[in-house]
Amino acid sequence: MNIQVDNPVLEVHDLTVSYDKKPVLWDVDFTIPYGNLVGIIGPNGAGKSTLIKAIMGLVPKGSGYIKLYDDSLDSVRHKVSYVPQRESVDWDFPASVLDVVLMGRYGKKGLLKRVSKKDKEIAYESLKRVNMLDFASRQISQLSGGQQQRTFLARALAQEADLYLMDEPFAGVDAATERSIVDLLLEMRKEGKTIVVVHHDLQSAIDYFDWTLLLNTRLVASGPTEKVFTTELLQETYGGKLTLLSKIGDLMKEKQFPAREK
Amino acid sequence: MSDFWIILTGCLASVSCGLLGCFLILRQMAMVGDAISHAVLPGIVIAFLFSGSLDSVPMLIGAATFGVITTYLIELFNKKGGLQKDASIGITFTWLFAIGVILISLYADDVHIDQDCVLFGEIAYVALEPLVSYIPGLSAPSTVWVLFIVMLLIIAMIIFGYKGLFLTTFDPSFAAAIGVSTVVWHYLLMSAVSVTTVVSFESVGAILVVALLIAPAATAYLITDKLPKMLVIAALVGVIASFGGYYLAVWLDASVAAAIASVLGIEFTLAFLFSPQDGIIIKRLRR
Ligand SMILES: Nc1ncnc2c1ncn2[C@@H]1O[C@H](COP(=O)(O)OP(=O)(O)OP(=O)(O)O)[C@@H](O)[C@H]1O
Ligand SMILES: [Mg+2]
Repeated sequence: MNIQVDNPVLEVHDLTVSYDKKPVLWDVDFTIPYGNLVGIIGPNGAGKSTLIKAIMGLVPKGSGYIKLYDDSLDSVRHKVSYVPQRESVDWDFPASVLDVVLMGRYGKKGLLKRVSKKDKEIAYESLKRVNMLDFASRQISQLSGGQQQRTFLARALAQEADLYLMDEPFAGVDAATERSIVDLLLEMRKEGKTIVVVHHDLQSAIDYFDWTLLLNTRLVASGPTEKVFTTELLQETYGGKLTLLSKIGDLMKEKQFPAREK
Repeated sequence: MSDFWIILTGCLASVSCGLLGCFLILRQMAMVGDAISHAVLPGIVIAFLFSGSLDSVPMLIGAATFGVITTYLIELFNKKGGLQKDASIGITFTWLFAIGVILISLYADDVHIDQDCVLFGEIAYVALEPLVSYIPGLSAPSTVWVLFIVMLLIIAMIIFGYKGLFLTTFDPSFAAAIGVSTVVWHYLLMSAVSVTTVVSFESVGAILVVALLIAPAATAYLITDKLPKMLVIAALVGVIASFGGYYLAVWLDASVAAAIASVLGIEFTLAFLFSPQDGIIIKRLRR
């Protein structure tokens, strides 16, 4: 199943990416509609992080093209925000939470201009939205995993983008933090932003996402979550890990797909 | 007056090295500094063979070129060849350094570069240099002039490039995502390291340049967790070692460069034990 939309915010066309000649993404082709909360789901090594990196131009494309707002990345970069996996940086780095959040302003300002009062206001406002205002002057080496993740989210908010690409924002955070992050994402969606999230937990994916991509080197499905979450498609994505899948099947029956507020 | 020039030379070299060292260790590239400081040797010799003089400018160009080649080769072996980072560093610089040593022995008669001097340097020679005056009223040995100008350039690079260096060091993929070229900043830093290494080289030698690049930055890293403070502390640690090292050397009648490196070791040990943040004794007391 691959549902194409008109006038997409993101269009990936026939994308192939390889590391050392070994294809990691093969002929991936999909479109994403505006204003949705989108989940990218697939097993470990499926190429989820690679897909996001390819969209941001961080890994070379073998073939295919990617359009954002019907344009090339370079012309719309200021409208796109990338939230890398938390483990991708050294959290012992000598920097404060505010220093990191202010990086979100670098793209708009260029690197040579000084940080202005307005930039600081935006940074504090972003910290407030993720409930981290009290931690602004804390050194990042003293943060918990959940606080690190929220620092990254605040940096993304400070970018004032329209499209957000987040690599596993829920990895290693507790249930309460996950809930508050989800609430923030829903709030952002209400403001008309599009948010693409790499996610691992199938169970919560059903609740969170409007639109879901199932990925395992090839694109297995792209469409509204309730249409994509079928036992067959999940089986195709995850291969034969049946215990997991039958559990999900039960779960879906049980829930009969909760009506999601929108 | 000779003590003054020797101490000043040490201070200028250690401020430049200390500042750059902070970024090297934060990029987990301390040993790249080591590699560059050795691999510039063939550059220096080739520059000398072409220009026929020990003049600084061709040497700087030769050294900077080889510094960048070193960085490039390390990246190439690591990224394209799939070799581990430390192995890539090891293979690159030992090989280039060896070429430099062979060039020196081949042209030993023409090249007035002493192999011992390459390794250990001789900071005391600065006191024997004639004084030259570029600014009316100020005269200094040319080594001091060169080190001074390089230090100003590095301070300027860090002040104006602070955001770029900070961003590309902390989170290179985010930097690339907002359109900042990590490659440009990487090579800018590496060229600065090459140039600094070669101008400090004559005074403190290839091995002790490494001490100046790493020890002050490592000491500062233990003492503070704020980057601007870390830069200032690293510079200060180097300056203290230059003074302390000089007088220690006079007292013991030992090599000045070795004495400076020894003082750096003492400073690092003190930070390791007593740093308000990470010092093991302070931690124990707090418990
Ligand atoms: N830099 C790299 N060099 C070589 N191979 C890589 C590199 N990065 C990723 N790969 C390989 O590409 C494949 C996809 O990796 P990717 O990180 O995109 O998966 P993922 O879906 O994000 O996995 P996870 O759920 O574990 O985060 C994996 O098989 C991985 O081994
Ligand atoms: Mg991943």
